[in-house]
Amino acid sequence: MVIAQARYDRDSWLDWSWVTDRWGDTVYPALQEHLLLTVLTMVIGIVLALPVAVLAARKRWLYPPLLSATGVLYTIPSLALLALLVPYTGLSRTTALIPLVSYTLLIIIRNTVAGLDAVPADAVEAATGMGYKGGQRLLRVELPLAMPSILAGVRIATVTTIGLVTVTSLIGQDNLGQLMLDGFGLRFRTPIVVGTALAVLLAVAADLILLALQRLSAPWART
Amino acid sequence: MNLLTDALSWLTDPAQWSGPTGIPTRTLEQLRYSAAALVVAGLLALPVGLWLGHLRRFGQLAINVGNVGRAVPSFAVILLASQIWAIEEWPVVGPVSLFLALTLLAIPPMLINAYTGMSEISDDLREAARGMGFSGTGQALRVELPNSLPLVLAGIRISTLQVVATATLGAVVGAGGLGRYIVDGLAVRDNARVLGGAILVAALALIIEGLLAVLQRIAVSPGVRRAEVARPAGRLSGSTSSAS
Repeated sequence: MVIAQARYDRDSWLDWSWVTDRWGDTVYPALQEHLLLTVLTMVIGIVLALPVAVLAARKRWLYPPLLSATGVLYTIPSLALLALLVPYTGLSRTTALIPLVSYTLLIIIRNTVAGLDAVPADAVEAATGMGYKGGQRLLRVELPLAMPSILAGVRIATVTTIGLVTVTSLIGQDNLGQLMLDGFGLRFRTPIVVGTALAVLLAVAADLILLALQRLSAPWART
Repeated sequence: MNLLTDALSWLTDPAQWSGPTGIPTRTLEQLRYSAAALVVAGLLALPVGLWLGHLRRFGQLAINVGNVGRAVPSFAVILLASQIWAIEEWPVVGPVSLFLALTLLAIPPMLINAYTGMSEISDDLREAARGMGFSGTGQALRVELPNSLPLVLAGIRISTLQVVATATLGAVVGAGGLGRYIVDGLAVRDNARVLGGAILVAALALIIEGLLAVLQRIAVSPGVRRAEVARPAGRLSGSTSSAS
């Protein structure tokens, strides 16, 4: 990554000429990679967590051990989890993905089970009365009713992931964190500020989009 | 498996257990950085959060602080802080920039949980307290605070884990602490040190989490604990947490 050249002002917090010069070959690719890693994490996280959560909502004995296991993963600091994997999976995207995905599990599982628990018994009974069988009832009645809670979890997990992706720059991932890290190494503030600003913007944008989805998923709560 | 035995022999090598770069020194550094930031953040966030929650005022503000806290990556806070304040060492608190970054990060979870805990005390309970003759402050301290303790302590626990985890990242900007082993190990591709450091950091976080869980059980009165268990699962008392 080419960042600093003598003609940039190293002491200014935001040298726009650097941003315009480097947007195409440095800043935009970093943003793209950041987004890609976030989306991959969330998709894998949801695909893993959702079925497990549905199962745990049914088979109640599964829930406490599941919470403990995902809770332990959640407690391990990101740098430690990344470092634990580096000797085995190298400085690769896989190494970045495993901790990122594992942090989403607790949040998504907890919110899904809470959402399913909050489905009114009357609604389930009515669905059964109308002839819905187990799987159909789950897909067409219970999950839609639990959707606002599930999406609330997805929101928290997404915003958290966008922040944590920056840390994966320490194991060689070229995302917004790498921009910040290079700026730090070269004593050049602009990349640190740009990386931070874009990560925050990305988090806010993702949060607002998911909030809109959450509202749409609960037409009954709209006034 | 070879890697793991290398890491274990690194961990058990007596050379790692003494001197200024030894495991005891590094662990104490990490604990010292974390404790200093947590104490200052707690002194700032808890009184404000508890008091505003008691008044049930400025709730949106507390929620916004929490959301902003989550959207700004801790990694960015540490790197930015290193540009504003020097990596100069202060007594007790360690490098100034890391101390201030950790303090900022510790505030939102404590503030938001203290606010939520106090503001969600039921009207019945508040009325009963008033009926028993408690003054405003007496009611806040002797009725509302014990009842909101599970949430308040959960906030402290979340802040603590986040700060201990983020203190590890301080190594990137030149601070001490256990993160040094990981960051330096990665730099010179010494897998045994990377793995050994990671095991130490993970163990420290899990031990602290366990201790805080025990502390929370002891501190919360049994009556309040029973009410907490009976709470509907839809309410997520830990929902302000975020991994770091």
